[in-house]
This record gives sequence, C-alpha cells and structure tokens, in this order.
Amino acid sequence: MIALSDYLIVAAILFSISMAGLIINRKNVITLLMCIELMLLSVNLNFLAFSHFLGDSLGEVFVFFILTVAAAEAAIGLAIIIVLFRNRGTIDVEALNALKG
Amino acid sequence: MFETPQFSAALPEIFLLGLTCTVLFVDIFMTARTRIITYSLTQLSLIVLFVITLMTFAWDPILTFSGNYIADSFSSLTKLVMIMLTFFVFVYSRSYIKCRNITGGEYYILGLFSLLGMMVMVSSHSFISLYLGTELLSLPLYAMVALRRESALSSEASLKYFVTGAIASGMLLYGLSLLYGATGSLELTAVSEHLVATDKVAIFGMVFVVTGLLFKLGAVPFHMWVPDVYHGAPSTVTAFITGAPKIAALAIMYRLLVQGMPSLMDSWQQLLIVVAILSMFFGNLLAIAQANVKRMFAYSSIAHMGYMLLGVIAATPEGYAAALLYGIVYAVMAVGGFAVISMLSKVGFEAEYLDDFRGLNARHPWLAFILLLCLFSMAGVPPVFGFFAKLGVIEALISVHYVWLAAVALIFAIIGAYYYLRLVKIMYFEEPSKMSKIRPAKDALIAVSINGLALLVFGIFPSQWITLTRTIFGA
Repeated sequence: MIALSDYLIVAAILFSISMAGLIINRKNVITLLMCIELMLLSVNLNFLAFSHFLGDSLGEVFVFFILTVAAAEAAIGLAIIIVLFRNRGTIDVEALNALKG
Repeated sequence: MFETPQFSAALPEIFLLGLTCTVLFVDIFMTARTRIITYSLTQLSLIVLFVITLMTFAWDPILTFSGNYIADSFSSLTKLVMIMLTFFVFVYSRSYIKCRNITGGEYYILGLFSLLGMMVMVSSHSFISLYLGTELLSLPLYAMVALRRESALSSEASLKYFVTGAIASGMLLYGLSLLYGATGSLELTAVSEHLVATDKVAIFGMVFVVTGLLFKLGAVPFHMWVPDVYHGAPSTVTAFITGAPKIAALAIMYRLLVQGMPSLMDSWQQLLIVVAILSMFFGNLLAIAQANVKRMFAYSSIAHMGYMLLGVIAATPEGYAAALLYGIVYAVMAVGGFAVISMLSKVGFEAEYLDDFRGLNARHPWLAFILLLCLFSMAGVPPVFGFFAKLGVIEALISVHYVWLAAVALIFAIIGAYYYLRLVKIMYFEEPSKMSKIRPAKDALIAVSINGLALLVFGIFPSQWITLTRTIFGA
C-alpha cells in the first residue's frame, strides 16, 4: 500500500527539480517550458493524491482544469519563443540580456 | 443535489464574454481601413458593461455557482474601476498602436479577455475560479506584451513575463494543493472553517500561496520581472498591466488571505511586513538610479505595492479599505503617467529617457501639467489624491499600534519623493533639448485630462471615496 506521504514526497521532489531547472538552466528556452510543465504536473499529482485519500472528487476536477490551462500556456509560450527567434535568431537564455538597468 | 446557479449575479461576466466573442467575430471581416469599427464596438461594449455592472451593484453578497462565485460590494466596485481603467487605456491605445503596426483587432480582444479574467478573479470564491481567473488574466497579457512583433525588446520582455508568470502560477497552485489537502475543500468558506493555526501543512501551503501572489503583484523579492516587462512592452500595454491587474491581484490576496485563511493571520502578517519593507526600500532606492522613465515607474510601482500591502498588514476593515483605495489611486495615476509617455512618443521613437522630458513645459504645457499631477500624486503631495491614499494606510497602521512600521513607510516616502520631483524639475526648469512639436491625438488628450484632473478633484474632495471603501468592508 502506497501511503499519502509517498505521493507527496514524489510531488515535492518533482516540484523541486522543475524549480532547480528553471533557475540553473542557462542554455535553451524550450527547457524552461518543460520545467514549467513538470511543475504543473507535480501539482496535479498532489491534487490527485489528496483527492484519493480524502475521498473527495473536487481535486480531480481541478486537475482537469490545470491540464487544460497548461496546454494553453504551452501554446502561448511556444508562440512567444517563435517571435523571439524571428527577432534574435537565437533562443539561448544567456542571449536574453537586452533589457537591464 | 444540483441547484440552478443564479446567472443574474454573474451578468457582467456573461455579457462581457458574449461581447468579446462578438467583437472577435466582427473583426474577422474588417480591413485595416475599417478597423475603427472594432475599436468603437469595443468601447461601446465597455460602456454598456459599466452600466450593467452599476445596475447589478451587489450590496448584499450573493454566493452562487455552488460556492464558486461571489458577487458582493467589494467585487462590484473593483469591477467598475477595472472597466473604467480598461476603457481609458483603449482610448490611449488607438492612436498609439495605429502608428506602430499593431493593426489587427487582437489588441482589443486580448484586452477584453484579460478584463474578463480580472472580473472572474475578484468574484472568485473557490480555488478553481480563482486559478482560472488568474490564468485568463495572464495569458492574454503575455501576448499583448509581444504584440509589437518586430521589436526584439518586446519579445524578450514577453518571454520574461511568461516565465515568471508561469512560475507564479506554479507556486500558487502548489500552495493551493497543500491547502486542499489540509482542509479537504476548495471553497473559501469551508477552507476558513477547517484551517487550524497549528497545522504545519497549511502554513507551508500558505507560504507558497503568498509567494505566488507576490509574484503577480510584483513585490520584492519577486520583482525582477517588473522593470524588464514595463520597459519592453509598448507603453499603452504597460499602462494596461500596471493598472487593473494590480487591483485584481489585491482582490485575490484579500479573498485568499483574509476570507480564506483568517486563522493563519499571524503568520501571513509577518511575511507581508518583511515584503512590504523590502519593497518600499528597494523600489524607491533603485528608482533613483534609473535614467529610463518607464523603468523608473516600474520601480516606483514596486514601492507602491509595498505601501498597498501595509493596509493588508493592518488587518482591520479600515486597513483593507485603505489598501483598496491605495490600489485604485495607484492604478489611476500610473495609467495617467504611462499615457503621457505614450503620447510623447512618435513613430520609431519612444519618449522614455529623462532627457526626452527636458523642458516639456515649454513644448506642451498641458501634458506637462497632467504628468505633474500624476507625479505629485505618486509622491503623496497634498492636495492630490495620492496623499490621502498614503494617509489612509498609515492611519490604519497607527490605529493597530504599528507605529514603527508607519515611521519606516514615511521615511521611504520621503526618499521616493526625490525622483518624482527630479522629473518635475526636468520638465519645468530645464531648457528643452529639441523643439519638435508634440501632436497628441484629440481623444487621448481629452481622456488623459480627465484622468489627471480626477486625481486633483478627488484629492480636494476625497471623503466620498474614503466612505465608500470603508462601507464595503463594514468599517
């Protein structure tokens, strides 16, 4: 039997990995998108685990909403990356340094 | 058991959704020449929406859609203000975007969808509607920032905004999931009943929720996106971002922290005190070092978010009323400031450096005067409205014996006055470096005059606003 805490620990680890990925990553913007997806998925895991152990279906409903919004978010993110690539010819994170002060 | 939701309570949102779809549909048949129809239709629907919201002003709270949606006087007032701000920003945008190749109607449609998100946010009464509202606000904004397609600055700003916004949503969601686990409910009333102050999981979740909210507000230490986005976005989009969304973020902060987690008040109060002091400190100090006016306003917005949080920290009805009034006043003066920036700009030239404002009084005295009103209001000089907003939060703090915090706020306000007055000095007492004519569009000029003079008029007669905001919170 897998306990609730096991699910929560896995979700927390996934969340931390995605957070670390967002901060450490200096190469490619696509990796940022992947980290954001991973972050939302770890939240989904949390909701599903709680929902199962509380015997409450509302958490599962919330997961559907998060999945839908995540898809929309990925679409907008990719669109922005395309615009950026047209203007710059690169999508390196390190090249994003025109705005500072 | 299923009961039919009370659709009439959500009439403004339903109406706005219908009209946005209509505008979207009509815009398909428009060419560049007839694009003015999209604009007129958008503005007309905003006026009608304002009237509908005014007529359905909910003095008695209505909780419907299975507890997901609430219409109360707080949500009604914030909606009215947000609709008005959107209307004004669109007036400023018309001429600005026309000469910058943002010809499509999508600018207005994205703005309307964003407004819909804000209205859902302030009326949300469960985690689901709150999250959906926040996302519906943010997603169109990311696209709006990138609308100037050929500009490398805009697309970079948009990407930064997108990534930080997504991190904020992730943080917020992670916190909400933990709160769901601790309370077994998504609805705010049930959450507040089941929360126990000693519950470690709930406190852990609360910290994540507050972090997500602060990201959205743009308060230190989650402020790094603000200057870049304000700088890179087209000036009218910056005006849009700095106005209504801040009020919406304050509204969900009120809903989540005050209505949802009153038992954790001691914990979130301490968090917010630290954040507010840091915001006022770094916001005001870094603003001094900026040569770019848009970046300066961005740092000033960070400082203003700190002042707004002071009202929430006081945690009394008077405090919340003061925070709401501060949010509204800030939105009005910031929109006015960015509107003047957008009107000084020409094709291929953005008036964003301090030098571009040199001797503005000699070039266009009226615009200089309006900007002066906005700057005085931001600095908190009486008799402009901003003074009473600052007075309100400081009064609320003193009445709950946070005198030291009020003193700190005052010191930072004095530091902050320096860079506002420096810009006033540059506008009025220095010779213009170039004498080219400024020809703002007529409609935008009228709108910015109303915007600026409102600050002066309500500054001289502030009592109605103060009474109104206090009645809403029952103070």
